[in-house]
Amino acid sequence: MRRSLHVIREMIRKEFYQLRHDPRMLGVSIVAPVLQVLLLGYAATTDITNSTMVVCDLDHTEESRELIRDFTNSGYFVARYTVDDPAGVDQHIERARANIGLVIARGYGRDLLARRPAEIQVILDGADANTANVLLGYATQIVSTRSQKILAQYASVIHGVRYGQIVPEPRVWFNPDLKSANYMVPGVVGLVLMIITMTLTSLGIVKEKEIGTLEQLMVTPIRPHELILGKLVPFIMIGFVDMTIVLGLARFWFGVPLVGSVALLFGLSALFILTTLGLGLFISTIAKSQQQAMLIAQFFFFMPFMFFSGFVVPIANMPRAIQYVSYIIPLRYFLEIVRGIFLKGTNLLTLWPQALALTAFGATILTLSILRFRKTLE
Amino acid sequence: MSIIRSLHPIIVKEFRQIRRDPTSLGMLLVLPAILIIVVGYALNFDVKHIPLLIFDQSMTPESRALLDQFRHTEYFDLVADVRSYKEIENRILNGDAKAAVVVPPEFARDILAGRNTSVQILVDGSDANSAGQALNYATRMTMAYSTAAIAQAFQFKGGSLSVPIRFEPRIWYNPDLRSSEFLIPGLIGFIIVLTSVVSTSMTVVREKERGTMEQIMVSPLRPVQVIIGKTIPYVGITLLASTIIILLGYFVFGIPIHGSILLLYAALLIVTLGGLGQGVLISTVTDSQQVAFMISVFSSLLPSMLLSGFVFPIASMPIVLQILSNLAVNKFFLVAVRGLMLKGAGFMDLWPQFLYLSLFAAVMLGVSTVRMRKRSV
Repeated sequence: MRRSLHVIREMIRKEFYQLRHDPRMLGVSIVAPVLQVLLLGYAATTDITNSTMVVCDLDHTEESRELIRDFTNSGYFVARYTVDDPAGVDQHIERARANIGLVIARGYGRDLLARRPAEIQVILDGADANTANVLLGYATQIVSTRSQKILAQYASVIHGVRYGQIVPEPRVWFNPDLKSANYMVPGVVGLVLMIITMTLTSLGIVKEKEIGTLEQLMVTPIRPHELILGKLVPFIMIGFVDMTIVLGLARFWFGVPLVGSVALLFGLSALFILTTLGLGLFISTIAKSQQQAMLIAQFFFFMPFMFFSGFVVPIANMPRAIQYVSYIIPLRYFLEIVRGIFLKGTNLLTLWPQALALTAFGATILTLSILRFRKTLE
Repeated sequence: MSIIRSLHPIIVKEFRQIRRDPTSLGMLLVLPAILIIVVGYALNFDVKHIPLLIFDQSMTPESRALLDQFRHTEYFDLVADVRSYKEIENRILNGDAKAAVVVPPEFARDILAGRNTSVQILVDGSDANSAGQALNYATRMTMAYSTAAIAQAFQFKGGSLSVPIRFEPRIWYNPDLRSSEFLIPGLIGFIIVLTSVVSTSMTVVREKERGTMEQIMVSPLRPVQVIIGKTIPYVGITLLASTIIILLGYFVFGIPIHGSILLLYAALLIVTLGGLGQGVLISTVTDSQQVAFMISVFSSLLPSMLLSGFVFPIASMPIVLQILSNLAVNKFFLVAVRGLMLKGAGFMDLWPQFLYLSLFAAVMLGVSTVRMRKRSV
């Protein structure tokens, strides 16, 4: 036992010596997560703001100007272009200079005053489907608010019918400003932790295989479990450092409110890191070269994890079959945990199924890959 | 002619190496295909079937008529009728429901008396995008109902009224607003970057790590020829992978190609060449595949994923990132590909993008050649 501990300690020392020898590697494992969190934290936003609008007012009446003001005062649209010809609207949309076009036909004001249905047209660039969908929603809201006002006016003032309007009163919990950063940044924490720990582990081990130094280690009296522990412990330590850095950035740089328990957050993150390290080790047992390891990590793990974990798109939006697939993705559970603890302050009473799933994954993957790795060693 | 003859052996060697490693080749060709199918089905920004709670404190025909709108829509799925705010709070906290509608007790009395009344719409804001859409649907449904109710009350008294503003949205290029039409062209750019930049940098560095690069360098071939020979097979693989995606996109997801196929391939080729140049450039900076991989991820993979407008809208990013996004070659490539596939744009519409792409390719190939030459001296 004493001997084992000693061997493992020496192995760890060797690994760190190697890391020091290749300062770029150390830089990559510390600087990279910081840059990734910053970049992702700022870039991964699903907010639709600063949408540009092109307006074509053929009517030029008080009524048409009022409607245009409804659009610009809503805060959703910036009327950047004004044209006199509907073809001009088409052109701006085609060249992707504007996200939305508003055309008010001649006679709009006259029709309204005469209580005939007046027509307006809204043109959207569907090539960007999500933005178009959100903007369509805003536009519909603005127009129906105006419609309702006009209607209520007719009914009450002109015809003496009294019927109250129903005013929707929104209340948003947990993230009152609807800042997508509050949702995305905790997700970024999970994603970055996974990228760094998984790729570093797999590439680090495959590199030794490729250069042949793993063979050299195997002919030494070091026993397989000592070798595995000696190789994994440094990555676990780097993982913990990275974890502290990225969680700190999320809380203090991006100001994501951390409502729940910090200890729970760290504990469950550690559980997640065990899973990703296991995956890294697993990849290293399949891959023959670093290039292969990279491809396997990218295609089989990174991409599906990113898409099916609910990082970009909520799992509830996916087809049923793919929702089932998401159950075998550990990142899914971790995202639920981080988002829950950060925004809602959820505790273990609510999160135990996720924690249990992560534990099961971590234990299975680590055992499996350690067994596989032992085989390659023997 | 003699250049081609002298390149021949190295191309053959590279192909042989790729063939000997069928796993990597398979991954480069098969996985993009799997990915596109999965992404095409899974990435859907449209939020539907939002789990909803209803808290009706009014219990009148009026409130039931309004709430019926919420019960019979694909946007919301009713989880439960609840009796208290406490229940709403618990169910939203543990994730059972994402939204709730609360009708106040004085609802019917107020509207019948001609007073305005309010209906509370509670949403779990943690997922800002979904929450925003849920609010949007709820607001629209409430207002549509209110407008209809006023008109009906008026008709009841013998008049007739119609909705004053007829609103006619026209959605171009992708009228059903399918996310796949938006994402799959972006996926092409992403996969090109993966195969060109990442694979090239790693194959070249691998030869350096193993020392076989030295062996090639002492051959009578000039470094530039070595690089061309090594990268030509990857041009082939990249174009093949893109073709697979385009065909799958067309046949499986019905993603049209309205523009010129020739121009589309011209754009693909230019970006691939630029990516290969970038890959070679990275390989001149480092001797370790691990570092080469990390640099590739940072200089190309992440920007093309995040800053190109592939998934996240550039206009919503902070201004610094909007400026930085101009360095992501995929941003321009995406405008070109979406233009060519979805909008049927022509060269006249897209020449600025083509100009930028060509500049990128020229700079990358130029700089990497110069650096290669320097190292070999």
